[in-house]
Amino acid sequence: MVDEAATDATFEAVCRLDQIEKEGGVTALVRGEAVAVFRTYEDEVFALSNYDPFGKASVLSRGIVGSKTVGEEQVPFVASPLLKQPFDLRTGVCIDDPTVAVPTYAVRVVDGVVSVGARRGTIQS
Amino acid sequence: MAPHLRKQLVVVGHGMVGHRFVESAISRGLTETYDITVIGEESRPAYDRVALTSFFEVGDKALSFLPTGQYDDPRVTLRLGTEVVAISPRQRVVTLSDGEDLAYDELVMATGAAPFVPPVPGHDLENCFVYRTIEDLEAIRTAAKKAKVGAVIGGGLLGLEAANALHQLGLETHVVELAPRLMAVQIDDMGGRTLNRHIDGLGLTVHTGAMTEAVLADKKGRVERLALKDRNPLDVDIVVFSAGIRPRDALARAAGLDVAERGGVLVDESLRSSDEHIWAIGECAAVHGRMYGLVAPGYDMAEVVVDRLLDGDGEFTGADMSTKLKLLGVDVASFGDAHGETEGSLELTYQDAVSGVYKKLVLSEDGKRLLGGVLVGDAEAYGILRPMVASGMELPENPEELILPASRGGLDLEMPDEMQVCSCNDVTKAQIKHAVSDESTLNDGSPCADAVCVTKHTRAGSTCGSCKPVVKKIVEDYFAATGKAVDKSLCEHFAMTRQELFEVVAVHGYNRFDDIIAGHGSGRGCDICKPAVASILASLLNHHVLDGSNRILQDTNDAYLANLQRNGTYSVVPRIPGGEITPDKLIVIGEVAKEFGLYTKITGGQRIDMFGARMEDLPAIWKRLVDAGMESGHAYGKSLRTVKSCVGSTWCRYGVQDSVGLAIELELRYRGLRSPHKLKGGVSGCARECAEARSKDFGIIATEKGWNLYVAGNGGAIPAHAQLLAGDLDKDTLIRYLDRFLMYYIRTADRLQRTAPWVESLDGGLDRVREIVVDDALGLGTELEAAMDKHVESYFDEWKATIEDPEKMARFVSFVNAPGVPDPNISFRDERGQIAPADSDGPVSLGTSIPVGAPQ
Ligand code: SRM
Ligand SMILES: Cc1cc2nc3c(=O)[nH]c(=O)nc-3n(C[C@H](O)[C@H](O)[C@H](O)COP(=O)(O)OP(=O)(O)OC[C@H]3O[C@@H](n4cnc5c(N)ncnc54)[C@H](O)[C@@H]3O)c2cc1C
Ligand code: SF4
Ligand code: FES
Repeated sequence: MVDEAATDATFEAVCRLDQIEKEGGVTALVRGEAVAVFRTYEDEVFALSNYDPFGKASVLSRGIVGSKTVGEEQVPFVASPLLKQPFDLRTGVCIDDPTVAVPTYAVRVVDGVVSVGARRGTIQS
Repeated sequence: MAPHLRKQLVVVGHGMVGHRFVESAISRGLTETYDITVIGEESRPAYDRVALTSFFEVGDKALSFLPTGQYDDPRVTLRLGTEVVAISPRQRVVTLSDGEDLAYDELVMATGAAPFVPPVPGHDLENCFVYRTIEDLEAIRTAAKKAKVGAVIGGGLLGLEAANALHQLGLETHVVELAPRLMAVQIDDMGGRTLNRHIDGLGLTVHTGAMTEAVLADKKGRVERLALKDRNPLDVDIVVFSAGIRPRDALARAAGLDVAERGGVLVDESLRSSDEHIWAIGECAAVHGRMYGLVAPGYDMAEVVVDRLLDGDGEFTGADMSTKLKLLGVDVASFGDAHGETEGSLELTYQDAVSGVYKKLVLSEDGKRLLGGVLVGDAEAYGILRPMVASGMELPENPEELILPASRGGLDLEMPDEMQVCSCNDVTKAQIKHAVSDESTLNDGSPCADAVCVTKHTRAGSTCGSCKPVVKKIVEDYFAATGKAVDKSLCEHFAMTRQELFEVVAVHGYNRFDDIIAGHGSGRGCDICKPAVASILASLLNHHVLDGSNRILQDTNDAYLANLQRNGTYSVVPRIPGGEITPDKLIVIGEVAKEFGLYTKITGGQRIDMFGARMEDLPAIWKRLVDAGMESGHAYGKSLRTVKSCVGSTWCRYGVQDSVGLAIELELRYRGLRSPHKLKGGVSGCARECAEARSKDFGIIATEKGWNLYVAGNGGAIPAHAQLLAGDLDKDTLIRYLDRFLMYYIRTADRLQRTAPWVESLDGGLDRVREIVVDDALGLGTELEAAMDKHVESYFDEWKATIEDPEKMARFVSFVNAPGVPDPNISFRDERGQIAPADSDGPVSLGTSIPVGAPQ
């Protein structure tokens, strides 16, 4: 997982980390796009497109965040608030239907400020 | 009498078959067009006569089919302790023992049969009994206290039942049978002899080929001795006659209806008597002259008549007279052509004199099909064998395997799907498999998960019970074949049911998800367990659902206190208790909708929904509504929705109670109550039921004397009619019962399980609920009421509390870094003069030109 265009210039500060609840999400407007930024229980931060491809609406940041066992692994995920499809926060891939994925964005936390970078290439799973 | 708009149907006799008729009439919709009046001569509502002998152990309550004495369909009236004394077919009127005349459009006779008492001298002495009703058994029990020896006249099925009862009561028991063997109708000589040995072994004395000549009395006129022809007399204190039954057709005879030569109201295959408006079912009926002394054919007849009255063309085409019973601990079964009367039939027998087992199979001439059989001492195979006769399936290579003891082979038969498994209720193997596989079996969209559930849904196994092992086996085989382990875990994070989780949370006094999952779960939770825990915490703590760390547990509707719509906007539903609203409030709703550009619609729940609200507008919308005296309607929560009302006695000329007043009071009492699924109520001002209360989780229908409380109804995909929990309650009692019912539901139901499937899932069903709620059998009553009182006291409006709390308000922004910019993904089109969501093809970009503020 290499952030292809993760140069400093592409990162845009969107909010403070403490503005996102643990296992919550917010929507940020990044270069005109709605991006869902999530924070896990372990304080990892992930950014996904906010657009739910199943429900066709911009809602993912409002989903419930948790973990799911996939094979041996504990996968952090968000369930769409519309029809509950689970998306892997790390890859954007739908856990129940891996043919569907939402785009992910590079994201980092520096000095308590969350910044979203460029949209990543589609992840091949 | 004023002409009735609805047709009147009178049922004579509230026994097993009369009851089944009414049940079926209700469930198949006959009561949509008919008022039904049932006249029962016995003082009790119908009970399980087949299980009569267990009365001594379990008492009358357990046998009752209708413990409340009332059907939960108000169009059915049951009058007990009343006899029909005459029928006038020409006037279509029946006369009751209390002198009243009842007019009918259709009359169903279900008068059953009476024990036949041979007219021997002394048959009417004080200690002579019959064995048919609970009263008979009570009398026998009383007499047995002062007796030592008893005799039963008749060694048939019922005679042996009676002998069993006398034996249980501690009497030295004799069975006197005229025929050369016991159970002459059902089993053959060898079987009779095997049975005889068993019964002798238990210490009862069997006298076969013995004719009773007289019952002799002592000087005080009490039974002393039984005189037998050509034998020594027997000294006895009690005599029970069980020498067969006779259809109760006296009413029909007196009314001039045709009766069969050997007794019984003569009916054709549609069960219609010689009068076109009079039908006969059960043991009083003689279909083309033949009477059926078992309950299963009676049930079939009941269904046929309901079908006919619904303009169907059902026919009764004879019945399977197979029986299986356990007499004095001995299994006896007889099925199909037990006596080998079919021409050319062959017999296969197995006998083990030492252990007292006798089995006989009757095979077709070519040895390929099973025609019938007799089993004594070990009737396990009955469940498999009887349906093999009915389905005519081909026998396996070595049919003797079917009756050999399991240790010597035995075999596992693959039964065909169309095979009838339950003959009492005509249920096939395919129907049982359907119940465990079809998603629509239960209200929550899941199939049955065990045999108990299958019995409830298909009735297979609910009557004589002999098919239960086979039903269970089919269910288990099905689950084994589909590799489905029955798992009651809430989700992968909690290996327990919602009820167990509720107890864990309550006992430990948890108030944070993190503590609960750390202590009792694994991982970090998901969209199933988090809202479930949120709901449990809300039920227990009555806190604000958006408080602290609980916010992130909430499903999106609860998280934003509004209902998420397809395009990411929300709908807003203010509470309109009981559907009553002032013009001023209506105007405010109109103004708010106009100002925020919302679509408005009257909901199915008697209130107004405003759709298309952007998340960031919600607080301003609420503020307007709260300022005008309105509050959240919890349309978003798994909580009380509405208590629907009809206009009731205040305005309606039929109303007998103030239904609006009660609906409002109940809605205000239970508002905000978080529950496993949504809760709905209804209150109707009279039996016309304009509020559709019986399609609600709790429905209340006014009566002249108070309120009838119905529970566990719902609309939706699998509608369920609410059932009567208790009748004619005053308001305080009503509220007390409701408090208990709702709190018990909240504590023990599964996640997303509405009240109807919950009640169904309880062992004992509605009766269990009644025990807990009405009889307070668990002693939980006060605790449940206190929990509800606590809820009522701590209620506050979630909307108001949210707009007053800056921390909660911070989340109602479109973008964290551009709070005022509307999400461009949301757009609307126009439909009939209002907005509607415009379909989206993909994410929309605002372009990079929009200035976005950096975090402070
Ligand atoms: C708005 C409304 C339709 C309308 O325009 O009339 C409606 C709308 C929804 N109903 Fe309903 N139901 C509405 C009255 C009903 C009724 C009629 C009634 O309440 O008398 C029923 C049948 C009665 C019943 O519930 O038993 C009804 C049976 C359902 C069901 C099936 C429930 C069941 O047990 O089978 C669902 C699905 C569920 O809850 O799982 C459902 C679910 C929904 C959801 C929540 C579906 C969803 O997930 O989005 C809809 C929410 C819309 C919203 O955003 O407000 N709705 N729904 C009605 C709101 C009533 C209110 O004032 O609160
Ligand atoms: C001890 C015992 C064991 C049995 N075991 C089995 C068994 O194992 N399997 C099996 O299939 N069957 C069994 N039966 C038979 C079974 O109970 C009957 O087949 C069944 O009860 C018939 O139902 P019914 O409604 O026709 O008659 P009933 O159940 O007798 O009901 C008729 C009702 O009508 C009432 N009535 C009569 N006349 C009037 C009137 N004029 N006005 C008002 N009411 C009236 C009677 O009081 C009675 O309550 C058993 C019966 C007994 C007594
Ligand atoms: S249920 Fe009865 S009281 Fe209520 S509106 Fe209908 S007819 Fe009137
Ligand atoms: S065969 Fe009697 S209940 Fe099924």
